[in-house]
Amino acid sequence: MSEQEEKPKKKTRREFLQELGYVGVGALIGGSAIFAGVNYDKRKKQVDRIKVLTAENELIEIDKNGVTKVVKSKKEILTYLQKEGREGIPGKRWVMVLDLSKCKNAQRCMAACQSSHHLRPEQSHINTLKMQESINTPPYYLPKQCQHCDNPPCVAVCPVDATYKRPDGIVLIDNERCIGCRFCIAACPYSARTLNWTKPLHDDEDKDKTYNVELNVPQRKGTITKCLFSADRLRDGKLPYCVSACPNGVFYFGDENEDAVTNGTTKVTVRFKKLLADNGGYQLMPELGTKPRIYYLPPKGKTYPFQEKDKALLDKELE
Amino acid sequence: MLDPTRIDKITSDLLRPIRINNAFKLWMTVLIVALVICLYAYTLQLKNGLGVAGIRDYVSWGMYISNFVFFVATSLIGMLISAVLGLSGVKWAAPLARIAEIIALAFAMVAGLVIVSDMGRPDRLLYVIIHGRIQSPIVWDITVVSTYVIISALLLYLPLIPDLKICADKLEKAPKIQRDIYKILSLNWNGSPEQQKIISQATRALAIFIIPIALAIHTVTSWLFANTSRAGWDSTVFGPYFVSGAFVCGSAAVIIAMYFYRYNYKLQDYITDSHFDNMGKLLVLVSVVYIYFNLNEYMVPYYKMKKFEAIGIHELFSGVHAFLFWSTQILGLVLPTILLLFKGMRKPFPMMIIGIFVLVGGWFKRYIIVVPPQEHPYLPIQNVPMNFKIYTPTLTEILITVAPFILVLMIITILSKVIPIVSIHETLEEEIENPKPLKGM
Repeated sequence: MSEQEEKPKKKTRREFLQELGYVGVGALIGGSAIFAGVNYDKRKKQVDRIKVLTAENELIEIDKNGVTKVVKSKKEILTYLQKEGREGIPGKRWVMVLDLSKCKNAQRCMAACQSSHHLRPEQSHINTLKMQESINTPPYYLPKQCQHCDNPPCVAVCPVDATYKRPDGIVLIDNERCIGCRFCIAACPYSARTLNWTKPLHDDEDKDKTYNVELNVPQRKGTITKCLFSADRLRDGKLPYCVSACPNGVFYFGDENEDAVTNGTTKVTVRFKKLLADNGGYQLMPELGTKPRIYYLPPKGKTYPFQEKDKALLDKELE
Repeated sequence: MLDPTRIDKITSDLLRPIRINNAFKLWMTVLIVALVICLYAYTLQLKNGLGVAGIRDYVSWGMYISNFVFFVATSLIGMLISAVLGLSGVKWAAPLARIAEIIALAFAMVAGLVIVSDMGRPDRLLYVIIHGRIQSPIVWDITVVSTYVIISALLLYLPLIPDLKICADKLEKAPKIQRDIYKILSLNWNGSPEQQKIISQATRALAIFIIPIALAIHTVTSWLFANTSRAGWDSTVFGPYFVSGAFVCGSAAVIIAMYFYRYNYKLQDYITDSHFDNMGKLLVLVSVVYIYFNLNEYMVPYYKMKKFEAIGIHELFSGVHAFLFWSTQILGLVLPTILLLFKGMRKPFPMMIIGIFVLVGGWFKRYIIVVPPQEHPYLPIQNVPMNFKIYTPTLTEILITVAPFILVLMIITILSKVIPIVSIHETLEEEIENPKPLKGM
């Protein structure tokens, strides 16, 4: 080792030229590589780069290959959904109008609702009732659900803020919070709420799903469930499950701020206030001061008969 | 000064029940076995959900809530006897104050457990504190009931301090640990005028403070119903209606307890016939007030017959609940009141029987207040199975409802085995002021 170091490092002329040649070739290759690289980069700018908005609201451009998708934990997704579910959809004031002259008790709304919210057959967020006020007034069908009251008695009595009113008008129920005291059931004059008295229908299948308060799935044993105005569908810009499922054009759904409601069957959009004004729109039990967000058009000029089998039931009740 | 032999006689008479005998062991065994069976029923509910009970979406408050109202109601008697009668200087009630406080404490404490048995998610009980919202009557109820439990406990403990000292000194046969506990709890009581003054002032302050709290616990409980717009609950007299009914239940409970303490612990000289006579009169008074509120609560809607209230009234007066309604009102309230007007009925045994009728009637009255109004909501009950329309309690539910009664009996029994149920200290004081010959002396 020491012997080698002692030797003076003296280059011959040939060696020098040889090395110079290496450097020259290397520089040439390197230079063309840089040139090619810059060219490649230029091309890449157009196809492989993406624009990204940072958390600080700054628009930047980054290499697509450098992007890694952030995998959120179940808890983070839940926190996000819970926050989103409490805040609602900004700028909206959802309303629903039901034209009772169109309802034929097809019960498609009930079926669609029950399957999307994983409800048992005896549980319903929307229930088509056979109604008759007195002997001489005509019978009719009334699809009835949570009225999403602006002065909701259920929200007032809830001891833990599990059921709450959102700025966009929807009353939701948070199953991560509900203690199952059922004071809201006692307080609701529309009988709109139901409890998961036993194990929910799809308890085993839904076990690993993250709870979405806007869908109220997975359902939880011992907690309340009720109509949510299909808040999850609204977030995707779609009409609620029941509205889309109705074959008879009963449901109109829309935004009070825009004064526009869309019929779920015909997809025709009309003026909300004009619809009410032209057809004598009304609310259920407004005298209780609950201020419902659901409006009904009276069953005037019905094109179908009230079913005989249903009539028998009403006669018994009116006795 | 009092004759020392009299002091000894009174002290040993009132301390005699404080011992473990075979009757106590047998009684406690029966209670424990019964409690274990009921707790098994509750584990079924924990495992399978509230669906094991008969309650469903329309009648969603059933026996558990009726039971809760009943327990809160019965606990109010502590305030009536030790505070209202005590402060107004009614002397005859003084020896009954401790029994009334024991009943108040036992029922109020257990009421808190009863409400937990009605929760769909008892595992989230702490949410009521963590996420509690002040606008919910449930939060008011929890606040006042827990305050009432604390004040009742203090109202039992403070006048007990002199007796604890007596227990520590005189109970020579008791285990050392028990006597040490008496000693610690008696807070160095020596009976000096200064200590007497502190105790009497503190007791008086608590007695004054407990009156609004006691009124609050049952008024707020009534608001759980009256604050909804349901026909049958939507009533402005619910507060005083509940409070007046509470005194009826509580008085009956005290009468029953008096009878069994007197008989089992041979306290005929201390819980006398005249105590029963006076309690009988008190029960008549509170029952008459309660009948008056019943008249208001049922006759006013009956006259108007508003659509939905009329449905409920018909069901009670002549419909499916008629038998229960009339037997409760007549056998549990009107008839006992009439009977107690006769002096012959205000004797220990007949009064114990009457007390049981009144107490059982009181329980079913709570059931009538809670359940039937839910069977007829404003919108019809349709597209659901039959058991959603008609509430039928299940066996599991009944067992879970019985459990709190067993707990109350255990608390009342155990307390009477560790403290004198009639105040020795006050009995001696009373003897000094108004000496009277005791029977058998």
